[in-house]
Amino acid sequence: MSSGEKYLAAAYAVIFVTVLVYVAIIAAKLTRLERETAELARLAQTRLRERG
Amino acid sequence: MLAALTAMLVGSSLVLVFLVAPEDADQGLSQKIFYFHVPIALTAYACFGLGAYKALLLLWRKDERYDLESYVAIHQGTIFGVLTLATGSIWAKASWGHWWLWSENQLVLFLVLFLFYTAYFMLRFSLEEGPRRANISAVYALFGIVLVPVSFLAIRLAENVIHPTVFTREGPQMTGTMFFTFCVAWVAISSLAYTLYRVELLGKRVDSNLRELREALTS
Repeated sequence: MSSGEKYLAAAYAVIFVTVLVYVAIIAAKLTRLERETAELARLAQTRLRERG
Repeated sequence: MLAALTAMLVGSSLVLVFLVAPEDADQGLSQKIFYFHVPIALTAYACFGLGAYKALLLLWRKDERYDLESYVAIHQGTIFGVLTLATGSIWAKASWGHWWLWSENQLVLFLVLFLFYTAYFMLRFSLEEGPRRANISAVYALFGIVLVPVSFLAIRLAENVIHPTVFTREGPQMTGTMFFTFCVAWVAISSLAYTLYRVELLGKRVDSNLRELREALTS
């Protein structure tokens, strides 16, 4: 690989990895939100049963 | 739908960059960094501009939803700013033999812009959540927008032209194929930024709504 090719590969790898990491962070946050939604749904059902 | 369009545009631009666009006579293969570096820089400017615009709407209309929209736009701008600096440094090393040159106003002014908006997060998270934080963050975001044209014009007005200026008054200094490739890459990066903006904004709104719901259920 020539030096030009190495720098080109490095630049595009930086872009790819950054976007990948960002998407992974968003995916992790969405997973947490899904868990929290399920927990709040259970809490809401418990409250409804207590009132009912 | 938007994500699929973005994926298609990014894929198309990569095909154009590596298989269609000709190799530059002076810089060789390393010139192909240009096709993503410049659109990423322009997108960073646009994100900071969008953040400032949303900040202005917040201060004008007093609608708190603009606070989150401004924050997410500036967050996106910061990420694309990091990419601009990283890809620019790699290209600089390949072209000029230096990762960074403090003597180059264009580089330093972009770094100043980036650091200004990085400080936005320090300011924002040093304050309690609420209207005061939203207003102060909005004013800060608006101040920063002055740096965007200064940074952009520095590349065009500099007499010492180490940082290349490809788009001149005579038009783009590149072949038609290169220009087309650049335009496709620009649309692709803009689409990517907008997709990530929408996804992050949606996530933050859901998070905010869930917190309110939790407070209501546990009170």
